[in-house]
Amino acid sequence: MNPANYVLLSALLFSIGAIGVLVRRNAIIVFMSVELMLNAANLAFVAFARMNGNLDGQVVAFFVMVVAAAEVVVGLAIIVTIFRTRRSASIDEPNLLKY
Amino acid sequence: MNYTPPALDYAALAPMIVIFAAAIISVLVEAFTPRGVRRYLQLLIVFGALIASGVLIVLNAGTRTVTAGQAVVIDGPALVLQGAIVILAILGAALMAERSIDSVGDAFASRVSSLPGSEEEKQFTQRGYLQTEIWPLTLFAVLGMMLFVSANDLLLMFVALEVMSLPLYLMTGMARRRRLLSQEAALKYFLLGAFSSAFFLYGAALVYGYSGSITFPEIAQTITSKPGESLVLMIGLGMILIGLLFKVGAVPFHQWVPDVYQGAPTPVTGFMAATVKIAAFGALLRLLYVAFGGVRWDWEPIIWIVAILTMLIGSIVAVVQTDIKRMLAYSSVAQAGFILIGVAAASPAGIASTMFYLIAYGFTTIGAFAIIAMIRDANGEATNLASWAGIGRKSPIVASAFAIFMLGLAGIPLTSGFVGKFAVFAAAIEAGMVWLVIVGVVASLIAAFFYVRVIVVMFFAQPTEQTASVAIPSAFTTVALAAGVAVTVILGVVPQPVLDLVTNADVFIR
Repeated sequence: MNPANYVLLSALLFSIGAIGVLVRRNAIIVFMSVELMLNAANLAFVAFARMNGNLDGQVVAFFVMVVAAAEVVVGLAIIVTIFRTRRSASIDEPNLLKY
Repeated sequence: MNYTPPALDYAALAPMIVIFAAAIISVLVEAFTPRGVRRYLQLLIVFGALIASGVLIVLNAGTRTVTAGQAVVIDGPALVLQGAIVILAILGAALMAERSIDSVGDAFASRVSSLPGSEEEKQFTQRGYLQTEIWPLTLFAVLGMMLFVSANDLLLMFVALEVMSLPLYLMTGMARRRRLLSQEAALKYFLLGAFSSAFFLYGAALVYGYSGSITFPEIAQTITSKPGESLVLMIGLGMILIGLLFKVGAVPFHQWVPDVYQGAPTPVTGFMAATVKIAAFGALLRLLYVAFGGVRWDWEPIIWIVAILTMLIGSIVAVVQTDIKRMLAYSSVAQAGFILIGVAAASPAGIASTMFYLIAYGFTTIGAFAIIAMIRDANGEATNLASWAGIGRKSPIVASAFAIFMLGLAGIPLTSGFVGKFAVFAAAIEAGMVWLVIVGVVASLIAAFFYVRVIVVMFFAQPTEQTASVAIPSAFTTVALAAGVAVTVILGVVPQPVLDLVTNADVFIR
């Protein structure tokens, strides 16, 4: 199969993730959407690695997985703290800081 | 298949290795040593590592090399910016180490996991529990910043971006007082930061797809050798720019800046305001000049527009702020715009003036936040501008220091801010960007209004009942404050040594 199709798929996944971040209101879902965007980038890297005929892109994908895992740790810690304080994971409710 | 590991130039990498080793030791100290000695060990490790790293950078001053499989480059701009980051991190760490200002301890929650306002939290506070978790986080953030300014490929730049950001997200949420604000700031910073770094990564993927390489020199080579315009390259560059402009806090990616600066513990705000800006601009400069120098005509207009919007919106919105931390946050947005003028110049003079501006801005900002942490009322820091009325009459020395910082940020002659602005504007005019400089001057005038307003409030308003008092700091804050004042004045009166330093270091290795 033509690897360019995987690039298109990754662009689609990235867009779904970005729209998810913008329209969803639950912090966990927003965070999942960000992870989807990172994984879309991974798919793009791997597909481009195939198209370019070198391994750089695949190596990048491994590093991104590790970074994404670290991001999950930090992100869930912050979201759980907010949830315990406010009994809600909605990102509309924390609205003390504005203007 | 044979695998040859990349050669590492340990001498050139030593400043970063020291910080990395110290960060790991700091984690172990946090886990395995008794509470009583932890603080002393941590302070020893943090200040020891930062000073050692600074000394190693000075010893490396003549090094110009690319190492670690083309991934890390140690050249003039990298060394200057790393040095600036380390020195400012020492001052920032001094602010975080302060324990005399707040009657119950330091600026950080006695236990971050306890619920705000709960019985548990009260007990921890009463028992006088103080945490030292901030130190390993600080060291990792500093490591990320140092890597960020010396990254020579897209992968390392992404990893460094995350190593820098992840600890900062956590540090933002650790305030002892006004914890709801602090947690909210951490959430916003994290979600928006992760969103923007996803853009950076996807942009990197597109640029890799276009050029077949992730290292900057090879990307530059492909750009000059491949004929014609490429949509993939342009979209990729645009998405990478979103990620980096978010980190520098440029309009339209500045929405997080006021919230995070206001919500974060003030020492962390000072640390972050000074160092992240340096790291992010360092990375932006290297990326645009080294990797994308060949499509300069395509990114220059983008930087132009962003710089103009950033200067104007930052300055105008800052005028109506009533909270001093929030005002300084918008001021930092406006300053990012002025620094972008230097980036847009796309010349060695642009690099040198940008670096000078960053150094001047860093010291002034950290000093200003040191004073904000000292001005307090019964509920902690008094950040409302109304409670600063007449402080100049109660504590003339502290108010004068703050006035110097405000004049420095406004760019009044005989302060570092003036020399910085002058250098940046001169570089832009040399590059033929007169209109950009005119907008810059207008924005400086608007900005001067709100800086001077603080001075007027402090010295010419009558003290009222809600006027805050000035806490007496320990040696930590005093040293940071003195360094801030000294650099702001010295760089304004005798800027030549530092100007020479940045001018001698204005060439990126390609």
